[in-house]
Amino acid sequence: MTPSLGALGLAYLRIGLTGFGGVNAWARQLLVEEKGWLTEQEYAETLGIAQVLPGPNALNCAIGVGVRFHGAAGAMVCGVALFGGPMALLMGIAALYDAYGELPLVRAVLTGIAAAAAGMVLGTAAKMTGKLRPSLPLLLVGLGALGMALARVPLPAVVLGLAPFGLLAAWWGMRR
Amino acid sequence: MSLLLQILLAFGTLSLLAIGGANAVLPEMHRLLVEVHGWMDDATFSQLFALAQAAPGPNILAASVMGWHIAGPAGLAAATIGMLLPAALLAWAVAGLTHRLSGAAWLKPAQFGLVPVAVGLIAASGVIMAGAAGTGWLSWAIIGVSTLFVWRTSLSPLWVLAGGGALGLLLL
Repeated sequence: MTPSLGALGLAYLRIGLTGFGGVNAWARQLLVEEKGWLTEQEYAETLGIAQVLPGPNALNCAIGVGVRFHGAAGAMVCGVALFGGPMALLMGIAALYDAYGELPLVRAVLTGIAAAAAGMVLGTAAKMTGKLRPSLPLLLVGLGALGMALARVPLPAVVLGLAPFGLLAAWWGMRR
Repeated sequence: MSLLLQILLAFGTLSLLAIGGANAVLPEMHRLLVEVHGWMDDATFSQLFALAQAAPGPNILAASVMGWHIAGPAGLAAATIGMLLPAALLAWAVAGLTHRLSGAAWLKPAQFGLVPVAVGLIAASGVIMAGAAGTGWLSWAIIGVSTLFVWRTSLSPLWVLAGGGALGLLLL
């Protein structure tokens, strides 16, 4: 199913504006679950490439999705929509934070939201793993990425170090 | 060299280094803005970064907020363009390439193989965020409930964020 350029732009505007705690979980929710424009596998592939490329993942991913449906125009619309909304909002928040950021009430609300956002990211990872049903070698590669990232191995090293194993595991899985 | 050009160049160098997004370039960003250019002090840097994290949208917007702090609206534009444009052009080229080659047999394992890395990295940011947000039994409870909610239902995650904010307001 191919969304129109306008629908794609609106979707990314919403992804940007709802995207607390990084936008990838929100992008997956909308593109895969709500709209059904991409399958779980297609989204994960787009995100995989976006994470290997330099620059913000969310933007790379938006460009990948935009190009897939509407070429250069799609990339432009998705990228601008993703950043336009939150940028305007952030200016307002920055001003409010300067004025009210030290109030205990504001701190408490922000702490609760931060905790919920952390759970949201964890839940997304669990959900994707369940739906993709990885083979054992692929699962090990995923756990390797988790472990290395938690050990604060620099990201380019994680990606470049694990990519060959991922390729090997995928190639082995397809041959069978 | 004008200040705006300096901002553009500083964030432009960061752009192509930022494999993995905002959190990955944080140390280099700190080195450039605080130590090399002296545009802000330590405390300001961390507050601005936390603010961008708490707000919705891509975390890389931290760069925009810092540009704004250094030189107002023009600084915001310079930092954002510097941070986004080089990486966006590269992503665009690669996306076009993979789209055209999407039938090629050798490309499938390449795309497949990166999937677990992508999911593993999401899990890792979840763990790191949970470590930073889990300050007491209540925040751990919110983290647990929110994980289960997002994992087990397909309802919008906005519900747990609103719930987390409300619980924080009432109990923290």
